[in-house]
Amino acid sequence: MTSRAIAWTDSLLPPLTFFTMASALYLVFVYVPTDEAQGIVQRIFYFHVPIAMMTYCSVATVALFSILYLWRGDRVYDRVAHAGGELAVFFCSLVLITGPIWARPIWGTWWTWDARLTATLILWLIYAAYLMLRSVSPGVEGARYAAVLGIVGAFDVPIINRAVYWWRTIHPAVLVNREGGTGLTDPRMQLALAVSFVGFFLLFLLLLRLRTDSLRLTDSVEDLRQQALTA
Amino acid sequence: MSGLLALIRKDLRVELRTKETLASLLLLGILTLLVLSFAFEPGSESRGEAAPGALWVAVTFSAVLGMNRSFASERDNDCLQGLLLCPVDRGTIYLAKAAANFLFMMAAQAVILPVFVFFFDQTISSSWLGVMACLALGVLGLSAVGTLFAAIAVRTRAREVMLPLLMLPLVVPLFIGGIRTTARLLAGRPLADVAQWLNLMLAFDLVFLVVGWLVFAYAVEE
Repeated sequence: MTSRAIAWTDSLLPPLTFFTMASALYLVFVYVPTDEAQGIVQRIFYFHVPIAMMTYCSVATVALFSILYLWRGDRVYDRVAHAGGELAVFFCSLVLITGPIWARPIWGTWWTWDARLTATLILWLIYAAYLMLRSVSPGVEGARYAAVLGIVGAFDVPIINRAVYWWRTIHPAVLVNREGGTGLTDPRMQLALAVSFVGFFLLFLLLLRLRTDSLRLTDSVEDLRQQALTA
Repeated sequence: MSGLLALIRKDLRVELRTKETLASLLLLGILTLLVLSFAFEPGSESRGEAAPGALWVAVTFSAVLGMNRSFASERDNDCLQGLLLCPVDRGTIYLAKAAANFLFMMAAQAVILPVFVFFFDQTISSSWLGVMACLALGVLGLSAVGTLFAAIAVRTRAREVMLPLLMLPLVVPLFIGGIRTTARLLAGRPLADVAQWLNLMLAFDLVFLVVGWLVFAYAVEE
């Protein structure tokens, strides 16, 4: 990216994110009609689903930039991958929090070993371990180790999804109609979901940019300290 | 190829002289089975249902221990340096280490499986070949992922703690596949019933052997 494009992004991204998120909040809490079957709690769906999508976006970011880092060796890629790993855990935690809030009144239980829930929990554990690995092995070596995990993790996600899906379809399903009542036939609901999706994607880009930048500062502080020590 | 065989032979020779890894793998596996057998009332229904899970927990715990040993011993006397100086590429070192780990673990399984059948009162006469094949696929996958991350874990500050944290969530497909397959085979179902799980485990093994072979250089590079 050229420096002009970066400056453009930096000045435009925060207000754009704010505006879209504010519109999403308005649409979700005021504009959209309350779901007949599920009641008020269904509104969390407009946050839950976009956040889940952003989790996968973050995982893809980690994998892509881990490959770029191992290939090119530029620390910029490593910082983006690191920031992506943090966002993966952040968004995945939010998915695991918003999901049960919805599930308790609708399914009558906080948690069930449904395929998608299980896969999300495993995903969280993989990227929590990714951050753990980051914290116990700093520096260039740690960056390489984390990149290895970032790549392996991305290859694993589809296999895990397949395995847990078979596992739960073989077992008698506790809840057959998971998406019961959330078919979103109302165009107003679809609009709210779409705007919320765009809002969260912008938030994802903004956070990725901010974290990458602050990791760059952390790296340069560390470089300066090393220089001061050797000087 | 000769380099690969030489590296495997080296690990086997070290093991035959000390017998440390194999003995600890075996004892931990048996201990795990013992501890888990307290969780279920003898003779109750749930004991039979939980048995395959107990077997796989024992296999996994001993696998984590074995992987940690395989690189901890290299680290202790700075053998890792020597290993990396071998005139073979890094991928070959990875395959040799993974193969040696696989062989140790399979040797341990040859004892753990009979102990499991004995403690958990299973009938295995007709299905032992299928169960062994399923164990082999599981152990191969555990070595593929474990060897890669053991090389990483041993060089971090947290060392032994890191390996299970990194490895266990990644190998979940093997647990699910292994437990489902073992349960069905022990219940006397034919091999065709578990073909999809065995295929999944095989795919997992192949994917991570290739990925490990490709990226191992980055895990050990100075």
